[in-house]
This record gives sequence, structure tokens and C-alpha cells, in this order.
Amino acid sequence: MATQKTAKKKPVKQAKSKSPKNDTKKTMATVFIMGKSHEVPADATIMGAIEYAGYQIIRGAGCREGFCGACATVYRMPGDYKIYTGLACTTLVEDGMWLSQLPAIPAQKPVYDIDKLDPNVATFQKIYPEVFRCVSCNSCTKACPQDLEVMDYINAAMRGDIEAVMDLSFDCLSCGLCAIRCPSEIVQYNVGLLGRRLYGKYLSKESKQLKKRIKEVKERKFDKEYKEFKTMKKEELKKNYYDRDTE
Amino acid sequence: MYPEYMRPSLEKVAQTRNKRFELEKSGKPVFPPMNAEEREEVLNKFHPDYKPAARRKIRIGPNKDEHITTEVADMLESHSRIKPEFFDLTKPDYETDILIIGGGGAGCAAAILAMQKGAKSIISTKLRLGDANSMMSQGGMQAAVTAQDSPTRHYLDAMGGGHFDNKPDLVRALTEDGPEVVKWLEDLGVVWDKLEDGSLQVLHGGGTSRKRMHSCRDYTGAIIMRTLMDKVRNHPDKITCLEFMPIVELLLDSKGQCAGGVLYNLETEEYFTVKAKATIIATGGYGRLHIRGFDTTNHYGATGDGLVMAYRAGAKLLYMDSVQYHPTGSVFPEQIAGFLITEKIRGAGGQPLNKHGELFVFPREPRDVESSAFIRECLEKNNGIETPSGRLGVWLDSPLIEMIQGEGYINKQFPAMHRQFIRYGIDITKESMLVYPSLHYQNGGIEINDKCETNIPGLYVAGEATGGAHGRNRLMGNSVLDYNVFGRRAGIFASDYIKSVKISALTLNHITDYDDELKKAKIKTDLITPVLLPSYTPEDVRKRQLTACYEGTLR
Ligand SMILES: Cc1cc2nc3c(=O)[nH]c(=O)nc-3n(C[C@H](O)[C@H](O)[C@H](O)COP(=O)(O)OP(=O)(O)OC[C@H]3O[C@@H](n4cnc5c(N)ncnc54)[C@H](O)[C@@H]3O)c2cc1C
Ligand code: SF4
Ligand code: SF4
Ligand code: FES
Repeated sequence: MATQKTAKKKPVKQAKSKSPKNDTKKTMATVFIMGKSHEVPADATIMGAIEYAGYQIIRGAGCREGFCGACATVYRMPGDYKIYTGLACTTLVEDGMWLSQLPAIPAQKPVYDIDKLDPNVATFQKIYPEVFRCVSCNSCTKACPQDLEVMDYINAAMRGDIEAVMDLSFDCLSCGLCAIRCPSEIVQYNVGLLGRRLYGKYLSKESKQLKKRIKEVKERKFDKEYKEFKTMKKEELKKNYYDRDTE
Repeated sequence: MYPEYMRPSLEKVAQTRNKRFELEKSGKPVFPPMNAEEREEVLNKFHPDYKPAARRKIRIGPNKDEHITTEVADMLESHSRIKPEFFDLTKPDYETDILIIGGGGAGCAAAILAMQKGAKSIISTKLRLGDANSMMSQGGMQAAVTAQDSPTRHYLDAMGGGHFDNKPDLVRALTEDGPEVVKWLEDLGVVWDKLEDGSLQVLHGGGTSRKRMHSCRDYTGAIIMRTLMDKVRNHPDKITCLEFMPIVELLLDSKGQCAGGVLYNLETEEYFTVKAKATIIATGGYGRLHIRGFDTTNHYGATGDGLVMAYRAGAKLLYMDSVQYHPTGSVFPEQIAGFLITEKIRGAGGQPLNKHGELFVFPREPRDVESSAFIRECLEKNNGIETPSGRLGVWLDSPLIEMIQGEGYINKQFPAMHRQFIRYGIDITKESMLVYPSLHYQNGGIEINDKCETNIPGLYVAGEATGGAHGRNRLMGNSVLDYNVFGRRAGIFASDYIKSVKISALTLNHITDYDDELKKAKIKTDLITPVLLPSYTPEDVRKRQLTACYEGTLR
């Protein structure tokens, strides 16, 4: 029963011609997906390898490009005691890798109303009191696949330096890898998110021009021109378009 | 790291850089922009949509006999996943005011506005909340805020970019709501890029005549999406999120009003019914259908589900003959093939170059024109660069940006992009990227008016799943704006609508009727939709999966 036909087509390459400098033999690597051994292309990403091995991912893939944090993965290498962390969609496999994806990270999110918060340290104390239990072990920073200074933004939250929380956590994907390594049970990415929202709402300087423009729209300043454009013949609209100047 | 054989070409790029820098500084266009005839010619000859096999006639349903994208026609001419007789519709499993299908940007914006108007909602979403195209936009959002700009100018740019096929009322809503959306998002806590004095930083995008691209470094989508999600999650009393629980069909009532949908739990494989007074489709695009075999920039769940559900229920589609290929998808290294390289790179001065290091097109033509010009340069003029796996591409000169905008600019403004490449030993502050068009955006979709209403009462649609606002070609930055503008509108107008609507007996007769239509048209297909998830299982593995009906999430 061949179902889901359209989607099952494997993406084909756009250029047909044989590559100029290609050695046709694919080099393979052995990886252990949740303990089971599989031969996969040596240049595959972890996500590519899981799919190559025949798994249909349900949990563990979102954007597939390093933005959503759905694909947190932990792995070990042979003869190495360390546990490594990475994103399945952007980390390449290595021979001997023993890996497992994390389908979800247990982390409840406290509920708050951003309109009723103050942009200061007391807000962190109230919503995320565990932040102040940080023992500065730096495990979170070491685990972060985005190479963020996670411990530093947690420390910034402890000082109430909201701008630094915003700046240092800006590229956070909420993948959760920091949180599962934290001995103080802090959910760093939620702290970062709160910091960014507080900054955007309360501390970022206001744009006067934006206020002015919104007022103009409310006063229907552009009504007349909109109506003119709407009733204009296509040819005339085209002329307006091609004749317009560019900044 | 680029292979050795690409070195000579990369050196040519470096050699021409100073000259091109001077050209850029002169303030004149670095390459003459195309006029209307030139645009038409390159589109006709090289845009993938214009190839004969790209479109075919659809044989059933509301758009019967129209020519639409072949893969979409295949998807629409298919069987449902469910058998209506298995459902007892007198006892719905869930009841709510508004069912929102899709937890991306449009879905969350709708839920927030509906909540503020007092309506309760359920967001059904296929993956996790926010696992969506909305999470991925890097470039930014257009909105006419600056003094030298105006919403009407934005309107003109959008109409021209869409080849004047756009529905005027939708473009007006899009452009006129723009400034308000910037403010709304900031009040929710979005951190916009700003200048010292608090004014918003704006850049050019393809086809814009004023700088109006607002951004949050190159994590624009991630910042906006996470802010919206956080807001949604702060109101569990009003908004219920059901993750890994996609909707697979709509429910109608005996009066033909839309009245909810059928949920499918991807993990336990159970089906549930949701009765709602109004339903909002916000399922996004279809990049994962890999139209014309192209790689895609889209997230894992972008399989066009909303289109087929709505079509079976009788909703009309608009401009389903047009597909957007983003000019700059990455082609090297292989692991990131198809990944998006934001248009902001060209907005900041990055130039596309052929293998001789020469400019061959104005860097900021509308997307379809720019893409076609890249394809022409590779296929007709043979001026592309071939990768070890046989892909073709042109250079996108990023080091030039550091010369134009100052050293350190890339690291500050494009951290995601820098990170993406440095993993593979390519430092984009020093070396160009290799790019080729990638399947990016569903230009058409379910037809709506400026209240997000469809031809089915009670069915609203917002975001990428809709058709009309962008004509046959969307301009960069207009879809982040789109999902906010129309997501909000859908939330508002659906909340108004539910105050007076009465839902009568629920039915799935439209599913049975559609299947009859398939039979009558003598269409033989074993395709079952919505697709839900693409499969990347290799052919040989699939052959060994003998109980193929057990594969994936389909049983
Ligand atoms: C890589 C990338 C970069 C982009 N950059 C920009 C940019 O810089 N500027 C710009 O303006 N636009 C950009 N876009 C386009 C823009 O991001 C999208 O068009 C927009 O976010 C779509 O929003 P949406 O809410 O309609 O859909 P999405 O955000 O995709 O949300 C749809 C949601 O519905 C879910 N879903 C799908 N089917 C079902 C189902 N059957 N049941 C339940 N849920 C379902 C999906 O999983 C997803 O969560 C970009 C797109 C991509 C892919
Ligand atoms: S800070 Fe934590 S959640 Fe954010 S990207 Fe780094 S490891 Fe992931
Ligand atoms: S892992 Fe936890 S305790 Fe250790 S530095 Fe990070 S936040 Fe602090
Ligand atoms: S799948 Fe989104 S970050 Fe990997």
C-alpha cells in the first residue's frame, strides 16, 4: 500500500550532471541509535542518519535548520567518559557515536502577565526563585549547542541586569540541553525568554516615528490614496510602480 | 571548507570585490534592474512554474478544471484518512468556542486576540507549539514606519511584486495594519533592532522601494514566535494547546457551517472530534511536498494539510498555480542543502556572482525574477559552480558586507548564518556562500476576504495557508507581517461571529461526497491525505518494511 506518495519522493538533486571531482563510493560510519547499531553515511547529520536508518521521526524534528530546538540529542563517543550534547539537525555523526534524542524536556512554565511585571530583579525572584540557587558550575554553558554564555545570563538575572539577559540569551533555541545538565534545576531558557520580553516591553527606547505613523493611520490619512490605487486601471498602477523612486 | 577545485573561482570573486565595492558606494544600482519585458522573458524561460509539467488540470472540487501546481493537484485528488461512519458526532470529545488549526505565528496571534475578546479556543498543532515556518524567519518583517515611507507605498511595492494579481483589499489590510503590528509585538516584548535614539532599524528587501524591513538580528521569527507562544501559555484558562494532535478533517453542520474538526493523536493513534462555533485554519505552507523535486527551506510539518481539508469541505483556493522559490537556498555543504540564506544578506549589500566573480543580475529583484536569473546563469549561460554532489549554484558575496557595513557586522547581525557555516569550516566574513533557488513559500492558498472569511460560514483562514494577499509572488518580509495581520484579524472576526452563530447537527458527509466525486471522475489513487509528515526513509529500507501500512503515522 503505497500511501503518502507525493511526500515520499526523496528530494532529487537539481543538477543531473556527474560531479566534477566526485569519488562515487560513499564512506560510511557506524552509529548506535538508542543502542542499536546502524551503518549510515559518514557525512550525515544525526537527523539524516536516524532517517537513513529507517526511523520515521515524530518527536525530535521541527525546523530542521537549527531554530526550534526540537531535536536535542545526547551522545557518547567510544573510550570517552564524557556526555556530549548537540542538535540532531546540525550535528554531524561520527564513527562509534552512541546517541539518543530527547523527545521532550520536563519543564513546567510558570504563568504570568507581562503587563503586571516590573523590569527588575524582584521579578526574577518571584517567578524563578530557583535562579538564585545557581552554583556557577558552568555545566549549562558547556551543554549549549549555540555556544551561548548561559551561566552568564543566569548570573545577569540574579543581578537584575535585564539588558544582559536579553543580549546573552538572544540566540537561545529553548532546546533544553542546559536545563537537563543543571544541578540546581534551573530552566535557563525560560529565564532568558522572560528577560527578553521584559527588555522589549519596558527597557527598549520608544520610537517616536512609530507612534506618529500609528496615529496617522488611525486618522485615516492614507484613505484617499488607497482608494485611488484601488480604482486605478492596471496599466496605470503598473506605470506608478515602475516609475516609483527608490531609497 | 570548499574543495580545492573551487579555489580559482573564489579567487576571482576576491579579485573583483574592490571594484564592486566602489560600485556599491556610488549609490547607483550595482546592476541595471530589469524592466517589465525583461522580467517576463526570464520568468517565462526559467521559472520552474512555467515548465509544462509544473501544472495540470484539477478534475474535482471547487476549483475543478483550473490549472494548478501538479503536486498540489495530486494531493487534492486523494482519499481521506478517516471513515465517517466510525464517528459518533452527537458526542463530541472536545467543545470550544474557536478551534485553531496550527500553532505557528498565525494560530498563536489568533488565539491571543480571541482570548482578549473573551473567546475560548483550542489550538491543535501537529508538532510542538511553534514548530513552524514562523520560527524560522531570519530576515524580518515589512512595515511602513519611516517618514519617507507610507503604507500606500508599501501597497504599491507589494502589488508590483505580486504582478498586480493581489487582491487589493487584502493588500490594504496588510500594509495599513503594519505599523500597529510593530507596536503590538513590542508591547508583548519583542526586541526589535533599534538605533541609539530608539528609532527602528530598517533595511531593504527584494522589490522594496523604501527601507522597511524590521528585524531582531537574524532570529526575527524565533523571537516573535517565542514571544507569542509565551503569551499563549500564560493563559491556560482560555487557550488549550494540543501538541502532536493535528486536525485531519473539518466538521460541518447540517446548515453547511464549519463546526470544528477531527483530531488525530500522532502518538497513541486515536481520533477525537472537536466541536467549535468557528474554526481558523492556520496550517502554513507546503514546502515538504518537495514540488518539482526541489529542496525546501520549510519546517518538517509543512505539508499543505489545511488546503486539502478545506478543499474537501468546499472552500475555494486561489493562485494555486504559483510556487515561490527563494533565490538563495544553500547548496554547499550538502548537509545544509536547501537551508535558507536570508534575503537580508542582499539587503545589507551581499551580491550574487557567477563563477567568474561577475555580477549578472540586480541583487534585489522580486524573488521569482531573481530566482529565474540564477537558474538562467547556471543552466543557459553555464556560469554556475558545481558542487561535489552535482548541485549547481552561484556565489553570494558576504565578505563585501563587512566592507560596506563595517567589520563585525556579520557576527552582530547574522549570528545564525555565521554559525550555520562555521560548523563546516566556512567563515562567511571571509568567503562567499554558494546558493541556488530553494522551495520556500506557498504563494496561493485558501481564498479569504479582509476579515479572513472563506466561502464557508464559520471557516476562517490566516497566514501562509491563505491566497490573495501576495498575488503570484510574495515579497520578503510580507509574510511575517501577513501572519500577524491576518492572524489577529481572524481572532477578532471569529470572536465576533461566534456571538450569534447556532451550530446544528454535525456531519462528515462532505468526506463521503468528495470520495464519490473521485469515483465519478474515475480518478484512481491510493494517496491518503493530509500528508502530515514527509518520509525520508531510503528506498531499500522501505522495501523491507513489508507491512507498509504500519509505516509512519498511518495505520
Ligand atoms: C526558513 C524560512 C525563513 C523565512 N523568512 C521570512 C522572512 O524573513 N520574512 C518573512 O516575511 N517571511 C519569512 N518566511 C515566511 C514566513 O515565516 C511564513 O510564511 C510564516 O511564518 C507562515 O506563518 P503561518 O503561521 O501561516 O504558518 P507556520 O508558522 O508554518 O505555522 C503552521 C503550523 O501549523 C501546523 N500544522 C500543519 N498542519 C497541521 C494540521 N493538519 N493540524 C494542526 N497543525 C498543523 C504546523 O506544524 C505549524 O506549526 C520564512 C519562511 C521560512 C521557512
Ligand atoms: S541556552 Fe539552553 S535552551 Fe538555549 S540553546 Fe543553549 S542549551 Fe539550548
Ligand atoms: S548549570 Fe545551573 S547551576 Fe550550573 S552554572 Fe548553569 S545555571 Fe548555574
Ligand atoms: S529541528 Fe529545529 S533546531 Fe533542530
